Amino acid sequence: MAKGIARRIIPGFAPTLGLALAYLSLVVLIPLAALVLKAAGMGAAQWLDTLTDARVLAAFKLSFGGALAAALVNGLFGLLIAWVLVRYSFPGRKLVDALIDLPFALPTAVAGIALTALYAPAGWIGRFLPVQVAFTPLGVVVAMIFIGVPFVVRTVEPVLQDVDAELEEAAASLGASRPQTFRLVVLPAVGPALLTGISLSFARAEGEYGSIIFIAGNLPGVSEIVPLLIVTKLEQYDYVGATAIAALMLLVSFAMLLAVNLLQKWNRQRMGAAS
Amino acid sequence: MNRAALKDPAWVRWSLTALALTFLLAFLALPLAAVLTEALRKGVGAYAASLGGEDTLAAIRLTLIVAAIAVPLNLIFGLCASWAIAKFDFAGKAWLVSLIDLPFSVSPVISGLIYVLLFGAQGLFGEALRDHGVRIVFAVPGIVLATIFVTFPFVARELIPLMEQQGRDEEEAALTLGAGGLRTFLSVTLPNVKWGLLYGVLLCNARAMGEFGAVSVVSGHIRGLTNTMPLHVEILYNEYDFVGAFAVASLLAVLALVTLGAKSALEWWHRDELAAAARH
Amino acid sequence: MIHVEHLTKRFGAFTALDDVSLAVPDGRLVALLGPSGSGKTTLLRILAGLDHPDAGSVHLDGLDATAVKTRDRRVGFVFQHYALFRHMSVTENVAFGLNVRKGPGKPAKAEIARRVGTLLDLVQLGGLAGRYPSQLSGGQRQRVALARALAVEPRLLLLDEPFGALDAQVRKDLRRWLRQLHDEMGLTSVFVTHDQEEALELADEVVVMSKGRIEQIGSPAEIYDNPATPFVFQFLGNANRLEASIAGGVARVGHWRVAAPGIPDGPGVAFIRPHEIDVDLADPVAAIRHQVVLGPVVRLDLALADGTAVEAAIDRETHARLALRPGQPVGLTARRIRIFAENEV
Repeated sequence: MAKGIARRIIPGFAPTLGLALAYLSLVVLIPLAALVLKAAGMGAAQWLDTLTDARVLAAFKLSFGGALAAALVNGLFGLLIAWVLVRYSFPGRKLVDALIDLPFALPTAVAGIALTALYAPAGWIGRFLPVQVAFTPLGVVVAMIFIGVPFVVRTVEPVLQDVDAELEEAAASLGASRPQTFRLVVLPAVGPALLTGISLSFARAEGEYGSIIFIAGNLPGVSEIVPLLIVTKLEQYDYVGATAIAALMLLVSFAMLLAVNLLQKWNRQRMGAAS
Repeated sequence: MNRAALKDPAWVRWSLTALALTFLLAFLALPLAAVLTEALRKGVGAYAASLGGEDTLAAIRLTLIVAAIAVPLNLIFGLCASWAIAKFDFAGKAWLVSLIDLPFSVSPVISGLIYVLLFGAQGLFGEALRDHGVRIVFAVPGIVLATIFVTFPFVARELIPLMEQQGRDEEEAALTLGAGGLRTFLSVTLPNVKWGLLYGVLLCNARAMGEFGAVSVVSGHIRGLTNTMPLHVEILYNEYDFVGAFAVASLLAVLALVTLGAKSALEWWHRDELAAAARH
Repeated sequence: MIHVEHLTKRFGAFTALDDVSLAVPDGRLVALLGPSGSGKTTLLRILAGLDHPDAGSVHLDGLDATAVKTRDRRVGFVFQHYALFRHMSVTENVAFGLNVRKGPGKPAKAEIARRVGTLLDLVQLGGLAGRYPSQLSGGQRQRVALARALAVEPRLLLLDEPFGALDAQVRKDLRRWLRQLHDEMGLTSVFVTHDQEEALELADEVVVMSKGRIEQIGSPAEIYDNPATPFVFQFLGNANRLEASIAGGVARVGHWRVAAPGIPDGPGVAFIRPHEIDVDLADPVAAIRHQVVLGPVVRLDLALADGTAVEAAIDRETHARLALRPGQPVGLTARRIRIFAENEV
């Protein structure tokens, strides 16, 4: 009878899955469990205390508010950059295309000090700006924009490339102008990808640390981001406080991850249904 | 292919391009230039001197050691995970893939915090470790762990879509011809994914060497002992040794550029063999 | 001799094979023919060990092979999309099965090279030994896949829709060539196809499958002339399907009366092949709605008195001789009508 025979044809399933799961458990799951355990072990009163602290609230407002602003800016300019890279040709296009990934490859601390040097009041860009950027919340947003650039561009580029030229030609043959065609044909097609890119940019920015702390100013209640607050609490040995803030941040991060995955799923289904 | 109906008027093309390039200049190109300029502000001599300092050399050494441990381990994990995910069907596969994406949605600081909570003095295993004289947090092992956490997805994320795209036919064919599992993997699968593998390793390495937030939390910042290059940059900067800070930063920037260059080269020459080209 | 007994295979809620039993005699070229979802590919893969049945057994040369792993079955498999190792040259691909052998079973390098050379000549790809799969046409790749499968001297050759992905002309040539090869080598072979022309042209024996079951096994002529079930009738060749009512062993189909021995009284189904309908000008029973010239044959779309649509195919000379025009009333004679009871359909 056929029962009891190994169900896999290609060999190596058990060892590879086993190893992968073991690695994941050791490196990811157990440490995260420690966080969850600690967070769960704190009383509700403690939670409330930490989370209604004015300083904590200000930090969350800056981290998430700034990340949202940066993500939207990246959405706009990322779409523009993707459009220019895909549709137009100009000398050095390939070089520019390669450079897009710089924030991805450049260590965050390096980005941090470089941006500070540029946007400081005496810096190359800072000296020409009417408002002070470095050491203010605005500086935080600038750093968040920097690290989020590749996400929108890289998510939108392939979709833009795949937009069937025939669709646009059909629109033109029916009398649509180029701006109309862009708004009514192209934009809906890249919409989901754009949304995904913005979410990814947001997710990256709200947790970012290294690129921001140099340019931020780090004044509690004004220009202090949540990760810095966590580090400060750790340095003061307030493990409980640090854990509470970290747990909250994780909750929001996971919600974002779920949202992005659902978004991508919806995007795929929509495209699948349409094709 | 002359798609005349799709050509935007020249002034539109030029202004949009100019706008895009200005944005990129302000946000990408200039920071890069700033690193070099600031590093060389006091001349090449000062630049070379700051790179030769003892603490700086120790930081460079530690960064290399951490990468040398983290990257191969993540490579093995990546190969195992992608083999299990791409060549088999099993319940919970989607969860596994999401789990692999986890570090991307966790703030680096939290990535470091969890190890402090686990192995720190007040942590879950704090007492046990102290009794055995083992130091993880505020020592090199902690740095390696935090680095692994932050960088383990890179190889796997590169290989999984690539191997899924390539399917199982070739492996099945090898089986019908009498090859065993390991032989199939080495002769058939590995050669097919070699460029994707290299790509993933490059990204993993760049991130491992450049990680700041996670390592900052676990390291204890002990100069000469538990300082990696990015941490050293921060120390020098906070001491107003700007030339020193930017000098070390320039090394990391060069690493980033080399990574970008290799990445682009791989993408141009091996488009078909990189899932990234399709998914990116 | 290959025996499969009572094979059942389910994928979730979908039953791919439902209690299938089959015997493949030595040296024959057998076709598994059926539409997609009929289970033919699943059956083939189970023979190769690339899938495990939920129930049933596979016997190869008298030995129970159900639990034997793919790599130990000595079965040659040619995949639908070739599955050539893209990073190996043609030579390396063909030599693969010999190179992975261990110990005493592995021939010397020179011997391997000789065998590869012989095989490449056999599949007429001698000059392409150093090329890579991406540099070959579909037909060439398929021949490399075949040479690779033959290199390990399998006792059974399995081919999964071997010509499905090729152009019509290439397909025709390769079919002829595969038959010749089989005749020369005498290797027991089973191939899967959904193309009835291919099955009828190539196979010694055809196994018609539908929805996980075997509908009929027989020679190409047999299954065409005497289809055992309505499915086989309709799957092979064109067929008109008409309503019939049976009473006392006689079926009434339109204006025709046909003997239907052994079929119970009641409603039934009648099948008539278009080319087995003769058209004449006496005793009109139908009108020509539409006619189309298809090369040597003219297809007539007819309507019977009660509106039923019937298709007939007649040769050009007859068509010209009778000077047929659309709208013309014509008489019909059916050379052969096949009756099935309602519950068989």
